[in-house]
Amino acid sequence: MSTTRSITTRGGETFEKRPFRFGRWLAETGWRHLVGVVLILFCLFPLAYVLSASLNPAGTLTGSNALFSNIGVGAYERLFSDPSQPFAAWFGNTMLVASITAVATVFLGALAAYSFSRMRFTGRRFGLMSIVLIQMFPQLLAVVAIFLLMNAISDWFPAIGINTHIGLIMVYMGGALGVNTYLMYGFFNTVPKDIDEAAKIDGAGHARIFFTIILRLVAPILAVVGLLSFITTTNEFVVSSIVLIDPEKQTLAVGLYKLVSNPNYADWGAFSAGAIIAALPVVILFLFLQKYIVGGLTAGAVK
Amino acid sequence: MILLKIVALGIVDAIAVYALFVLVLSDEWLVAGIVAVVTIAVNWIYFSHRALPAKYLTPGVLFLLVFQVFVVGYTAYVGFTNYGTGHNSDKAQAVQALMSSARERVPDSETYKVTVVESLQGLGMLVTDPEGDAYLGAPDSPLERVDAVMEGGVAVAVDGWTSLSFSDVLKRQSEVFDLEVPFSSDLNEGVLRTADGSSANIYTSRLVYDDVADTMTNTATGEVFADTGEGAFVSESGEELLPGWRITVGFDNFARAFGEESIRDPLISVTLWTIVFALLSVASTFFLGLFLAIVFNYKRMRGRKFYRIVMILPYAFPAFLSALIWSGMLSERYGFVNQVLLGGAEIPWLTDPLLAKFSVLFVNLWLGFPYMFLIATGALQAIPDDVVEAATVDGAKPWQVFRLIKLPLLLVTMAPILISSFAFNFNNFNLIYMLTGGGPRDASAAVNVGATDILISMVYKVAFTGQFRDYGLASAFTIIIFILVAVISIVSFRKTRMLEDLN
Repeated sequence: MSTTRSITTRGGETFEKRPFRFGRWLAETGWRHLVGVVLILFCLFPLAYVLSASLNPAGTLTGSNALFSNIGVGAYERLFSDPSQPFAAWFGNTMLVASITAVATVFLGALAAYSFSRMRFTGRRFGLMSIVLIQMFPQLLAVVAIFLLMNAISDWFPAIGINTHIGLIMVYMGGALGVNTYLMYGFFNTVPKDIDEAAKIDGAGHARIFFTIILRLVAPILAVVGLLSFITTTNEFVVSSIVLIDPEKQTLAVGLYKLVSNPNYADWGAFSAGAIIAALPVVILFLFLQKYIVGGLTAGAVK
Repeated sequence: MILLKIVALGIVDAIAVYALFVLVLSDEWLVAGIVAVVTIAVNWIYFSHRALPAKYLTPGVLFLLVFQVFVVGYTAYVGFTNYGTGHNSDKAQAVQALMSSARERVPDSETYKVTVVESLQGLGMLVTDPEGDAYLGAPDSPLERVDAVMEGGVAVAVDGWTSLSFSDVLKRQSEVFDLEVPFSSDLNEGVLRTADGSSANIYTSRLVYDDVADTMTNTATGEVFADTGEGAFVSESGEELLPGWRITVGFDNFARAFGEESIRDPLISVTLWTIVFALLSVASTFFLGLFLAIVFNYKRMRGRKFYRIVMILPYAFPAFLSALIWSGMLSERYGFVNQVLLGGAEIPWLTDPLLAKFSVLFVNLWLGFPYMFLIATGALQAIPDDVVEAATVDGAKPWQVFRLIKLPLLLVTMAPILISSFAFNFNNFNLIYMLTGGGPRDASAAVNVGATDILISMVYKVAFTGQFRDYGLASAFTIIIFILVAVISIVSFRKTRMLEDLN
């Protein structure tokens, strides 16, 4: 009779079940939990701190130091009631700009990835190489020229120039191909070509194959790229700070930065409340889609 | 499907035609030509049956060309100009602005009855002179005799223009107030200005422009300012009239960047720090992430999933917010770290040059290790068990297995990620700007730059913060970044052979 039994975890790994001995447990597993606890403290204390600061009606930086000593929603009320810091508008603007940018980025990137993956044409290799190279030069490097270009556009077409959301989205769309196409291209290649060919024999045109067949099959990568683009846009400060001028038009990154540009005198409670609200959509999306994101990250190495 | 295509193209064409109209009206022939050519090309691509790949590539490539490729080229051009505060426009506009800023009402001069009118190009003035004749003028076209509709001896309307009602004038008061219509083609004769939208006076400038000698003369002092080729009118005593205008200055910006000690020294130290910061950030996040991946990649351990979710949180939390939160927590006098964790110590985490550098790296470690942990976990799990077993059978100790087998394999799979992480941190503007603002400021530098500034934050500060915006110098710095990034990319692509694998 054997004293050991095979155990299969939910992840599908198997190992032998052994009788429990504390010394061995500590040497093999226990210390790992010790590392884990230290890690949890390291990861969470800034987040716990900002949560506590947001719930503290006091509002000063010093007042925020005693964690969870004073609970109230005063900071949240101040955040939404002060007209000099239109937080609700910042939030709305950010969601609007980031969602449209995400959808447009995914669409432009998928179109290009499809042609690179399924068609053979002159300049294809050159195109792919350019896209990989362009990735190394992020848009924010050309921020001075972007500002001057948007200024020039404003002179002729104020509706899409400086201080407009459309203008900002257009600038972000310029980065769509460079950042995401290569990641999508790799994923498109994993979809077997037989599917296209079968559809072609059945009489489907290229547009129908793309929109009704391929796009559905690559949905996971579309979600990842869309989410990453959403997060990047939410975080984006440089371009947004120079394109948008009116406080009611600005995004969270610019607005919240200005709110605490001097932390010693700022309304730290209101900022913390804003930070919690601003972070919620991103963190929730991230946790829901973490499995796909990690897969996408490993494939393409972004952020 | 075909209907959708035609509708979409119709919208694009309608916008293009409108754009052409506006551009031609403002005499921008080059831009108008480009818009026309692109529109024709787009129509050809989507109506022809041959250009299949182009149908899929065009939308993205157009945006890429304008907002990524063109702006990079334009940055290179701006790097060779004196563009910046006081040098924003061309010479004609500078002359106009100078004269306009020095304008005074001519004493005891005639008052003219006017009606403010509007066309697509903007506001204009319909003027009735004392003899009862009507003249029409706009900011860029001097007064000209026209036939107008008269009402009680005052011209009130003219073909092709819409007259503004009294309430329109009130609504657009500041626009009307700024309206200046040249009296004749010679700017020195002055302009008409109106304060109330119904009567105007002649204003002449204390500065008089002589377009033959290309000089500005101050009529009050008699001082003469000449164009000496430096983008502004300069008097003999060296006094400059601002605004000046934009000119190309050759390598002046680069000469300043590398020649003037008060710019060169900070530029060198910022460049070095940028490289050190990016390298140390990659190394620290990689090793902590890898260490944790090894610790938690152990089958018998429970709760691994929980630890993983906790670890993702710093990564999922928007980075700009984390940096702002840390800047509060590290505040010298009131911050959480000094007050609570260190019991009231007043350590200048963000205000001492050396400590600030350390803080930046530390916060970046907090922000970045989860990413490396996720990737390293994936890479570790991808190493086949039998390789490790074979080594163990051959008598390798755990440390040897790690150092000689796992680490080399990991480095191969993670090399592209380490390179892109380096590239990301090389331009990690948000962290620097939100945490320290680049500070503490270097007092000996001629530009606004501090101990933790990296190249991109320095560019931003030179171009967009402070009283004096210097786009030219900022662009020259940007070109230096381009060159550095290009060299780093070439070397790393060579090493990893990434481009050769493309097919």
